[in-house]
Amino acid sequence: MMQSISVQHIVKTYSEKKQTIKALNDISFEVSKGELFGIIGPDGAGKTSLFRILTTLLLADSGTATVEGLDVVKDLKAIRKISGYMPGRFSLYQDLSVIENLNFFATIFNTTVDENYDLIKDIYSQIEPFKHRRAGKLSGGMKQKLALSCALIHRPTVLFLDEPTTGVDAVSRKEFWEMLRRLKEQGITILVSTPYMDEASMCDRVALMQSGSIMTINTPQGIVQSFKNAIFGVRAKNMLHLLNDLKSNEMVSQAYPSGIYHHVIMKNGESKEELSAYLQTKNHQQLEIIDSTPTIEDCFMNLMQENNE
Amino acid sequence: MSNDIIISATKLTKRFGHFTAVDEITFDVHKGEIFGFLGANGAGKTTAMRMLCGLSMPTSGKASVAGFDVYKHNEDIKKNIGYMSQKFSLYEDLTVRENMQLYGGIYGKSKAFIKDKTQEIVDQLHLGNEADKLVKSLPLGWKQKLAFSVAIFHEPGIVFLDEPTGGVDPVTRREFWNMIYEAADKGITVFVTTHYMDEAEYCSRVSIMVDGKIEAMDTPAELRKRYNAPSMDEVFLKLARKATRSE
Repeated sequence: MMQSISVQHIVKTYSEKKQTIKALNDISFEVSKGELFGIIGPDGAGKTSLFRILTTLLLADSGTATVEGLDVVKDLKAIRKISGYMPGRFSLYQDLSVIENLNFFATIFNTTVDENYDLIKDIYSQIEPFKHRRAGKLSGGMKQKLALSCALIHRPTVLFLDEPTTGVDAVSRKEFWEMLRRLKEQGITILVSTPYMDEASMCDRVALMQSGSIMTINTPQGIVQSFKNAIFGVRAKNMLHLLNDLKSNEMVSQAYPSGIYHHVIMKNGESKEELSAYLQTKNHQQLEIIDSTPTIEDCFMNLMQENNE
Repeated sequence: MSNDIIISATKLTKRFGHFTAVDEITFDVHKGEIFGFLGANGAGKTTAMRMLCGLSMPTSGKASVAGFDVYKHNEDIKKNIGYMSQKFSLYEDLTVRENMQLYGGIYGKSKAFIKDKTQEIVDQLHLGNEADKLVKSLPLGWKQKLAFSVAIFHEPGIVFLDEPTGGVDPVTRREFWNMIYEAADKGITVFVTTHYMDEAEYCSRVSIMVDGKIEAMDTPAELRKRYNAPSMDEVFLKLARKATRSE
């Protein structure tokens, strides 16, 4: 069996009064054993519903899903034994200390901290100096490390991490992904969700998700390569006026800020020279136009647009 | 240039017991600037922002916001600024229109002002069909854009935005920044924190806090040059890696 996680045609709706919200709209994908698979999408994409279904905490309306060959409905107890789950909201016991939380989760899974210490050592050693501090008094970064340690303490085969890096600064986010790469080397299958598109590059494969649907599944490189249009990076002294001029030009299909440059996609493959000639008539100072490579965000926005059409 | 300073901080400090959360930070923000206030988790950004909003008394140092002293006139500061955070911004159980009436009323605006301004925002955000629906029924992206409009409903000179774009989709994130640009173009000063480093590039100037101190402050272009980095992301990583404390 090569697949660790298999999801087939999962649908989940929520009804409140007269409104029905389709949280997951016929989702299918597979994650291989030992793969680091990312679910990338903004709030409201359906990421958490998907995680709750796979961790047996929520029932789907229809469709099937298996984790290590076990059915999420019939085999829920077996799945819970082999999965580690870190929910988006901090869910450890705030009134227990760091070490008490860790012992608690180890005991529930019929094991001890010592037995699996080697697996969490890399992560746990960073918070060990604070092991007698109550979990509720930890900083965000330390809470995140404790939650990951607790999710790992029973040596799970599959790890589910729901938005582990949300609200975390750029440095800590980088460190967290380095930890995940090292866990992957131990053979653990990891399903991780994130709203930060730049984190896609840290995954083996990603699913780009929006409004309950998966728009595409591919390797990060594959997603970038499947972007068909040429993208120009354009900058000038006044970026707001530049953007307005770009948007009002008929040759331009899309123009939006993207870091240092505005990214520009032309309608009919018009050249840099044509764009430059137009912008010069608008008297932009320090004008610069370069060939740019698409980012995951560019691809995401492009797919969003295609889906809306 | 000195006449258009709208936020001024000199050796502003906040201590909690033996812990110095904000350690003698000094900076000025000019009218109409988009000032990016960056730093790792725990660097002291929130504490500094709370002092500037008149919500927390400094331990020492000086600061004025919109011409008002943070010690003596903190109530005046609250009236003259707008504030929006990712976590709390609008009342979910009120309609779009009711939210605007509530905020307009709190800031003491007249009925006529509230009526006109409400219409202006409804038109601007194309909320015609949603104006009388509960805010909780709106998609997240609309909520965030509406929250920004409500934060500047009373036409403050400064608006403080605390991670306003967390979790929103990339298209909305850009529409949101378009609104920020337009506000700045009208002369509203924008003071913004973010974890998205591409957004740091959109700021007129940014400061980066490390362990309670401002470690660097300049235009994004100047900072990239100084730290020999291709992007603000790299600049941030170089500086924030020096941090010895976390929250």
